Amino acid sequence: MPQIFHRSFNTISKVTIFGAVFIVAGLCWFAAIFYRSSYVTESHLAFVQPVPFSHAHHVGQLGIDCRYCHTSVETSSFAGIPPTKTCMNCHQQIWTGSSMLEPVRESYRTGASIPWERVHNLPGFVYFDHSIHVAKGVGCASCHGRIDEMPLTYQENTLLMEWCLECHRNPENHLRPRSEIFNMSWRAENQMSLGQQLLQEYKVRTPHELTSCSTCHR
Amino acid sequence: MAVDSEGRRFWRSLEEYLATPEFQEMLHREFHEQASEWTNPVTRRRFLTLMGASLALMGLNGCSTQPAPREKIMPYVRQPEEIVPGKKLYFATAMPLGGVVTGVLVESHEGRPTKIEGNPLHPASPPGLQHDAEVGSSDSFMQASILGLYDPDRSQGVTYRGQPRAWNEMLSALRGALDKLKNQGGEGLYFLTETVSSPTLAAQLKELLGEDLFPKAKWVQYEPANRSNVLEGAKLAFGDYVNTYYDFTKADVVLSLDADFLMAGPGTLRYTRDFSSRRRVRTRRAGDDNPPVNEIQMNRLYAVECGMSNTGGVADHRLALRPTQIEMFALALAAELEVPTNTRDAEAELPEEARRWLKPLAKDLTEHAEKSLILAGDHHPPSLHALVHALNHKLKNAGQTVKYTSPIEAKPVDHGQQISELVKDMAERRVKLLVVLGGNPVYTAPVDLHFAEQLRKVPLRVHLGLYQDETAALCDWHVPAAHYLESWSDGRAYDGTASIIQPLIAPLYSGRTVHELLAAFTESPERSGLEIVKEHWREWWKQQKRSGSFEEFWRQSLQEGLVAGTAFENRNLTPKADWAERVAKAEPAQNATKGMEIIFHPDPTLFDGRFANNGWLQELPKPVTKITWDNAAIVSPNTAKKLGIAYADNIRDASGRPGSSGGEHGEAIVDVIELTYRGRSIKAPIWIQPGHAEDAVTVHLGHGRSRGGQVAGGVGFNAYFLRTNAYPWFDQGAEARRVPGETHVLACTQMHHNMEERAPIRSSSLAHFRDHPYFADELTAGEAEKPEVLAQIPGPQPRGRAEAKLEEERKKDPDKNRLIPLTLYKDADKEFEEATKQLGEPGKKPSKGYQWAMAIDLTTCTGCSACVVACQSENNIPIVGKEEVTRGREMHWLRIDRYYGGEPFDPNQVSAHFQPVPCMHCEKAPCELVCPVGATVHSHDGLNDMIYNRCVGTRYCSNNCPYKVRRFNFLQFADFATSSLKLMNNPQVTVRSRGVMEKCTYCVQRIRAADIEAEREGRRIEDRHLMTACQAVCPAGAIIFGDLNNKESVVYQWKEEPTNYALLAGLNTMPRTTYLAALRNPNPELTSPQRKQGE
Repeated sequence: MPQIFHRSFNTISKVTIFGAVFIVAGLCWFAAIFYRSSYVTESHLAFVQPVPFSHAHHVGQLGIDCRYCHTSVETSSFAGIPPTKTCMNCHQQIWTGSSMLEPVRESYRTGASIPWERVHNLPGFVYFDHSIHVAKGVGCASCHGRIDEMPLTYQENTLLMEWCLECHRNPENHLRPRSEIFNMSWRAENQMSLGQQLLQEYKVRTPHELTSCSTCHR
Repeated sequence: MAVDSEGRRFWRSLEEYLATPEFQEMLHREFHEQASEWTNPVTRRRFLTLMGASLALMGLNGCSTQPAPREKIMPYVRQPEEIVPGKKLYFATAMPLGGVVTGVLVESHEGRPTKIEGNPLHPASPPGLQHDAEVGSSDSFMQASILGLYDPDRSQGVTYRGQPRAWNEMLSALRGALDKLKNQGGEGLYFLTETVSSPTLAAQLKELLGEDLFPKAKWVQYEPANRSNVLEGAKLAFGDYVNTYYDFTKADVVLSLDADFLMAGPGTLRYTRDFSSRRRVRTRRAGDDNPPVNEIQMNRLYAVECGMSNTGGVADHRLALRPTQIEMFALALAAELEVPTNTRDAEAELPEEARRWLKPLAKDLTEHAEKSLILAGDHHPPSLHALVHALNHKLKNAGQTVKYTSPIEAKPVDHGQQISELVKDMAERRVKLLVVLGGNPVYTAPVDLHFAEQLRKVPLRVHLGLYQDETAALCDWHVPAAHYLESWSDGRAYDGTASIIQPLIAPLYSGRTVHELLAAFTESPERSGLEIVKEHWREWWKQQKRSGSFEEFWRQSLQEGLVAGTAFENRNLTPKADWAERVAKAEPAQNATKGMEIIFHPDPTLFDGRFANNGWLQELPKPVTKITWDNAAIVSPNTAKKLGIAYADNIRDASGRPGSSGGEHGEAIVDVIELTYRGRSIKAPIWIQPGHAEDAVTVHLGHGRSRGGQVAGGVGFNAYFLRTNAYPWFDQGAEARRVPGETHVLACTQMHHNMEERAPIRSSSLAHFRDHPYFADELTAGEAEKPEVLAQIPGPQPRGRAEAKLEEERKKDPDKNRLIPLTLYKDADKEFEEATKQLGEPGKKPSKGYQWAMAIDLTTCTGCSACVVACQSENNIPIVGKEEVTRGREMHWLRIDRYYGGEPFDPNQVSAHFQPVPCMHCEKAPCELVCPVGATVHSHDGLNDMIYNRCVGTRYCSNNCPYKVRRFNFLQFADFATSSLKLMNNPQVTVRSRGVMEKCTYCVQRIRAADIEAEREGRRIEDRHLMTACQAVCPAGAIIFGDLNNKESVVYQWKEEPTNYALLAGLNTMPRTTYLAALRNPNPELTSPQRKQGE
């Protein structure tokens, strides 16, 4: 009786059985990578906005303070997207004929909002509050990156829960003096010792407290 | 079965009292029998289709890679100065109901009202407990009115005979008709309103009926739940219409003659607050003025009533009399108090128990002259009200506990007389143009007037209303009314204080206010509501000659929610000498026919029917019967027996076996009776109510709407069908007959979430409490474990429960040095230490932070259920509908368990205790241990967190919860589809989907918001900065929430009280929510003989 399988099948089956472990591991690895990729998290993706607003120009070159537009960042959960009026404060005087700014002028004329694409988009079950982070010494750049160097705004970080927890578990690695919150280029000379000091000074809660589920979810 | 200090047993239903086998079985289930069954019919073909589709789509399911859908941000073009995106604002306004307004504060998120609170500055909505609270108390109607605003069934445009029309078309049609009428001085023009206390509306009507416009036009008022009897009674006594209100802070002894003042009526929140302030038993603490235990005083409430009301339930003494007997009782009491009346021997007509009451009651009242108070229900005849005025005068209460002012109504009238005159004019075709300004008279008018039939004889009929209701269907023109949250208007509170009603949002459905519609009858038809109201107050302000500018006055009045200094002055009145003779003349001959007495009552949750389309109020269990989505003919157990309906026979479970009522699944299958009264008869399901007076039947108005909306449709029977103009409130001569073989399913929650016989409710008389302050310490655990268990309840140990006493009991403990600890759960402290060790901070005790806890005072809780609706509103809790309630799937996070005390077959012996049950936030929470996915875990500040996005719906947690406070979304209950309802949601709380468990969070969103604010400002959270939704609304101040780590917090102080006890403490769950045992203050001279035997 002839053999059903050719001898080479021995090798194939060995490789398959042995390789299955790697295949499964590889799939897991791929899933983990995929889950964190910008395809899923939408980080480092710049969206087409109604007006190609450049933070690099307004913040980096002109030096406008964050709070000129994002007025409620120190008092409210929502930092605030500036009303059209804020744009028009300047653009009534400069670049009045620019076609790029036509949506802004149109909004001002008609009273209809400018429909900005949301860049930093958290799931509905997460309740993030800007004001408390700012009050406790978390700088804008800590989460949003070098906004002052972004021609079109994109999301610097993954905004995954593991990313949030990384700081909630070790806040000392990310704290800065309150005076430097809105400073984009600030860097600590010795983050470890400064972080520990600010932890005390700003009465930042313990990781146990900061990682309670209801701190963010409710 | 639990008993109180007087030896009275507590029970929730007759089945529990009688311990039927079905009841026992039901106790041992997690959910009700049908709760997890899929009962909707699914055919085989449909099943295969669904399964095939789900298999095919299973893979796709994992493809929703992006956790959040893409969104757009739409900023303001010009941002209003006061709006900070993400921050809520509060605006003061006032809610009118029955012609009387109550102050409200409305929470607004970027222009969208989402939650109602009481206005703390307004006299009618004071904070229940803390004077410095940021919000005041409110009732369930106020809470639910936000749903009324967003109701998608509201009428959405002007119609002419059902066809959509423009407002201008209506105006021109009206103009044409008015031009004709004007020549005749407006003869034939009729305005029909509800009770009017609005100064602006009154002025507008006065102007319209003035010489210049329509001097011969008529203004008619009709309100189904009117207060004419109260005013007519005052007129009998004083010769003039007088408004009466009460000061319960000064009343030591209160006699309520069928007045449910803790639940309904103008000023009810103020009354509840004041009444409760005299019942809050607080013992001495170092450095405060509270009396020591043996000197504690409480007020005392005697309730004489027919049906079991909340007021009667929590009264110290309760006497069940039929309404006609109540007047006799008052007359007999008058004789006892030596007040001359022209009725002799009233006493002879009273039952024995009532006669026994007279002497001790009269003595108690006389001894507390100037500090006693007698009040009568709004529905009792004027003669009784006149008599009560005389009694209060005799007891020198007038000016002390009873205050008289000018009437708050703009024009006090007899509503019954007004509506019958209107119908007569309609029948004689004298009415040419009828303008119905609010109200729904086709549905609510007395049946013997045949309002609908006569209405057809009016050539032109205009209706202004929130819904396309029964009246709108019979009117030519219908104009959608603006909700009060969309309106400029005004009105007066129970004491005359005027409030300006300001809109929170532009009308959603192009509604018009009554002021705007009335302007159409004048020369300037396009005046806005704001202009009209503001103009009126400008005139008033000019007359007042106040200092400052008008704009300043206007802004202040809007901001405070009331016009300062408008409360009416108290009048010093004495009954006219001949009041008794006039009573005799005014009293109509009592209907002599015998039979049962029938009582018509506004529904406790739907009022006169205007809230019938409000799902929150439909699903809110009626405070006493716990019936939802229905009304019933309510009778006593003995009366039911007489009708051939024994309870065990009456009530069957789904399989038809006799057994539990409202038990098993909340599905009470009850018999149907036919009620015949004055030649009309209706069929009604019967409900056996312990404590109801014998030979009487109570029916609630407001159900059985034919054009009420999607929610109201098909719910209950219409009791207006029996209500006549001569006897709108109660009468003799009704007959009831059991309809053999006919049954009706009632959805009743009284037996849902039962906690077995573990003494959930504890009560004592004040006298017993003085001698045994720690009576509530009883435990269902073993005696040996008692000290340890008690010591583990979070919070301070009750003051004075001497350590020595504990030690003593510890000595009695035979296995004190047991090797195995009390529970199998890990020691909380050790666990914490381990957890923090892992995080690199070993042993850091959580003492520096906040430790949240709640205490609920069962002495002051009146069971009004405002907290249940407040919780629903705050936490986006969906409604499920009648069918789902019968399966035990209602979603209320906070339920109120009602326990009866005493013997069900003697109506005078039945009392009621109300116990709100939220999540206990156990420190050793049984639910947390069994969750396989960690969706319910503890937070650092002692909250039992529920994380919806982790929950996979195993329901193990609710199976393991001894308090049965967890609720599961068996179906997609939250409404994601209706756009108007989306606007209503609290943006700070996740809207839950199907398959997710949820439960009380202690309003964690409020805690976190207060925490963030306090942290930003570098201070600690004090009591006044943070209130849970249930606490904020409570007019009785029965719920307190706060930080156990702050010894100054009220919750800490309450937990030091000797009456503090934990629910099911024997299970050693260490609950954060505890209760203060109920205290009652019975008169030792009136303690009933039966009860003495029971001791």
